[in-house]
Parts: sequence; C-alpha cells; structure tokens
Amino acid sequence: MSQINIKNLNVWFGEGEDRVDAVKNASFDVPSGASFGLVGESGSGKSTILRAIMGLAPTWNGAVQVGDFKLGRKRPKEFFKEVQMVFQDPYASLHPRHSVDQVLGETLSLHGFKDIDKRIMKLLDDVGLGPSFRFRYPHQLSGGQRQRVAIARALAPDPKVILLDEPTSALDVSVQAEVLNLLADLREEHKLTYLMVSHNLAVVSHMCDATAVMQHGEIVEILSVEDMRAMKTQHPYTKHLLDSSFGYNPSAAQMG
Amino acid sequence: MTKLLDVENLTVTFPTRQGEFHAVRGLSLSLGQERLGIVGESGSGKSMTGRAILRLIRKPGLVTADRMELNGRDLLAMSEKEMQGVRGQEISMVMQDPKFSLNPVMTVGDQIMEIYRFHTGASKKAAYAKAIEMLNAVSIRGPERVMKSYPHEMSGGMGQRIMIAMMLVTEPKILIADEPTSALDVSVQTQVLAIIDKLVRERGMGLILISHDLNLVASFCDRVLIMYAGRVVEVCEAGKLHEAKHPYTRGLLGSLPRIDAPVKRLEVLQRDETWRDAESVSGRV
Repeated sequence: MSQINIKNLNVWFGEGEDRVDAVKNASFDVPSGASFGLVGESGSGKSTILRAIMGLAPTWNGAVQVGDFKLGRKRPKEFFKEVQMVFQDPYASLHPRHSVDQVLGETLSLHGFKDIDKRIMKLLDDVGLGPSFRFRYPHQLSGGQRQRVAIARALAPDPKVILLDEPTSALDVSVQAEVLNLLADLREEHKLTYLMVSHNLAVVSHMCDATAVMQHGEIVEILSVEDMRAMKTQHPYTKHLLDSSFGYNPSAAQMG
Repeated sequence: MTKLLDVENLTVTFPTRQGEFHAVRGLSLSLGQERLGIVGESGSGKSMTGRAILRLIRKPGLVTADRMELNGRDLLAMSEKEMQGVRGQEISMVMQDPKFSLNPVMTVGDQIMEIYRFHTGASKKAAYAKAIEMLNAVSIRGPERVMKSYPHEMSGGMGQRIMIAMMLVTEPKILIADEPTSALDVSVQTQVLAIIDKLVRERGMGLILISHDLNLVASFCDRVLIMYAGRVVEVCEAGKLHEAKHPYTRGLLGSLPRIDAPVKRLEVLQRDETWRDAESVSGRV
C-alpha cells in the first residue's frame, strides 16, 4: 500500500512575469513503511515538495495523497497528527526562549493529548535524551541534542509519516551518525514512513530504499538504492552527482 | 622543499568566567609548496589555527607560539602595520560563506581593485585589467558584467569564486581556505576546488585547506592534520587517510555513511578522555 502518492505536482511562486516554477510535474510513490529520498542541488525544488505537502507552499496543483488524505486547499487537523516535519537547522527551528518541556508540551496539548507529563518523558526517552534535559533551553543543548528535540517534537502526535528536510546537514559527521541511527531505530519502532531531502548521496543511500534525483524542478530519475550502489544511472546528471560525492575528482570538474 | 610557513607550539587562549579556554593547544605545523588539510569537528580549533596564523584573533584572545615564521620572518613580532602587508599580500584567507565576507554595498570590481591597489599601488587601469584577468582565471563568464555587479546579484558558487579571485589577485605565497566549499552544492564544489587546485599548482603556492569533510580532504590534499579538542591527534598522507590509526580518526571515518559499502548501523564515535590530554602530534616536516 502506498503511504505517499504524488502525481503531476507543480509548485510555483509569484504571478505573471515573476512566476517561478519551482517544481514541475513531479510524480512519485512511497510505499508504507518505506524511506524515500529526494536529492538535488539547492534550488532544484526538493524542499519545496515537502513544503507543498505540509501546506507551507500554498500555490500548487496536482494530486497529492498521504495515507487516507487526498490533499486540497485546506488540511484537516488530523492530517498534522499523521504527518510531521523535521527541519534542517536545529539552531533555527527551536524557539530560543522555550524550554524542551514547553516545546513538547505545547505540541502535545495542541494535538489534544491529556497525559502530557507521561508522554514528554516517553518522547525524551525515545530520542535518547534523559529526563535531565526536560527543563533545558536550546542554548544549553548541542546541535545534535537540539535535532533530537526537534525529532521528539515531530514524534509527539504519533505520526505515520515524517518529512525530513536535510536533518543532519548542520551537524558534524560523528553526530550525524548518531542522529541517522536514531532515525533508523525510530522508523522500525514506530513503523514510520520517511520522505527525506538531502544533498548528500551517501546519507540518502544509507537511509533510503529509493531516491528521486531532481534538477531544475524536475525529477530526472528515480533509482533504487541497489542501482545507486552499483552506479547504474540513466541520466547524466545523476552520474555527475554520484561522481562528485566521492570527494574531489579532477575529471568530474570538467563536466559542470 | 622550501618551508613557507613554520609554526611551533601554537596556543590560542580565551579567558572566560569559568577560567581560561584553550582553543588551540600546542599545535606545530610547517607548510611547503603543498596542499595541507586540517580536519576535525566543530570546536576542534581548526579555524582558530588559520586565524591565529594571520593574527586575526582579537583581544582578549591570546596567541602564543615558540615559533611562527613566514619565510624566516617572525610573524608574532611584527607590528600591526607590517601585518597588513602580510595579510592579503603574502597570506590570503578564503572564508566559508561569501554572503558574509563580501561587502554588500560595493561592486565586485571595486572590491577586487581595492585590494590590488592597496597592496601594489597600481593605477586604476592596471587594477581593472588585473581584476578581469583574475575573474577569467576563476572561470567566470562575462567578467566585465560581473565587475559592475553587487554581491547579492551573484549565486553562492559565483560569490565563492569571486572571493578566491580577490584573495589571489595579489599573488600570495600562501592561501588559507577555511571551509571554502561547504556552503556550495557538490557539483559546484568540485569546480571551485578545481580552480584552487589549478592556481596552487601553477603558482607554486602553499595551501592550507580547513574542512570537516574527510573524503574531500583525503582526495584533494597532500598531507592531513587531524585535530581534536585543540590538539593534533594524527598527521598522515592524505592518500593514506583511510589507513589512519588513531581511534578518533578511525571513528570519524567509520561514522561516515558510504555509497559503496553499506552498513546496517553507522558506527558511533566513542570519545576517550585520554585523547584530550595526549601530547599534540607535530605536523612539521
């Protein structure tokens, strides 16, 4: 069964002459419990797809189905119980004057939970932060710990789908490994479906079963993780991205 | 190999309310006409090293060293005026993000020409010709148009190339590049590195590349220093980085996901208190 199904999604910004088509005719399908990657350069429209699903980019058309929800102009409250998002920069996505307790408590009460106290403890435990972190403020946390709080916030309403927008690109590699392991464990435990945006192909190959490669707002290729590992690509741009991700290679520089 | 830069026992200290904070502790390195990489996590002191060499650490920060020599001249003993002659002219630094390093209210051309004229006293006309030549060297198409543009009109990759052009227009002997490509996309990253590589080779410069990206440093540099908590824990040939011995380096390498070698779970770095206190390894040759 497919958890996320997107057909001919177009997203644009501005009107008339200023119109920019950020996503053009994107179609893909994510089975339930799978993890799907979106890669491409900045400006290729990968984050815009996530934002369109969440309703943060209001000008779109096409057919978007997430679980049982066929999305239109407005999203019902239950939708946000099922779909949550983790943003790129944990330094910007947490309120600097709200403690971890407030961040999680507010989310839980917005979703109508009653046993907030118990749930906060459970969430902190789930993301590997002990109870001692509960009354800390973001400035008392490291980057990795902040991202764990952001993940806990996304987990709060017990979602089925989590959209991850470059969840580790602001973190050191050692911390990145911890966060990626955590995400993998949570997916198993909570039977989550991930849609993950990244510019790092190695991260996507580790996390995702299949990946869409985007360029200039279009999906140029959807390839499975096996094909990616075997370097079996159809589109020259995918090959270029793969080559560049192995570090500095003078011959790859000629293509750009 | 001629030694361009020779640093011995460099420390950078900041006083805080909790006592002194040692950002760099006893670092030694030398640089010839080579590409030297410095890698480490954030907070390991790699950027501070670059700044300390250029004496860009402001008070109350304190820089000490047993030796810090540029072609045999003592950098620590120089007056601020003499340092101005060194910065930009003999040692240049490319910063991480062009958005914050270019002057937003000055055209690109004026900025490049200003540096060149400050250091050489050349005429406006000569400076213009030189700036165009440099923009061509960093593969910018239509340099005349770019000269008249403001930084906000440039993309990230263009901005970074302009920074490099600006830093190299005075033909320095040493380039310190502090995460020059981490704000850029992978494909643009390769282009920018290719430009740095070409210029370093052609002009026989010394390059210090500061980065957190192990694969990049391994494939781009000749020699690598690995820093942890202000100290150098290991020095190795870049090509042999994957055979590194120190548990910290091994841990960093193991925590990288790899396309060609899938693992179920990524290794998590187990930190050891003794790394922090171990003697700094010398990067001098």
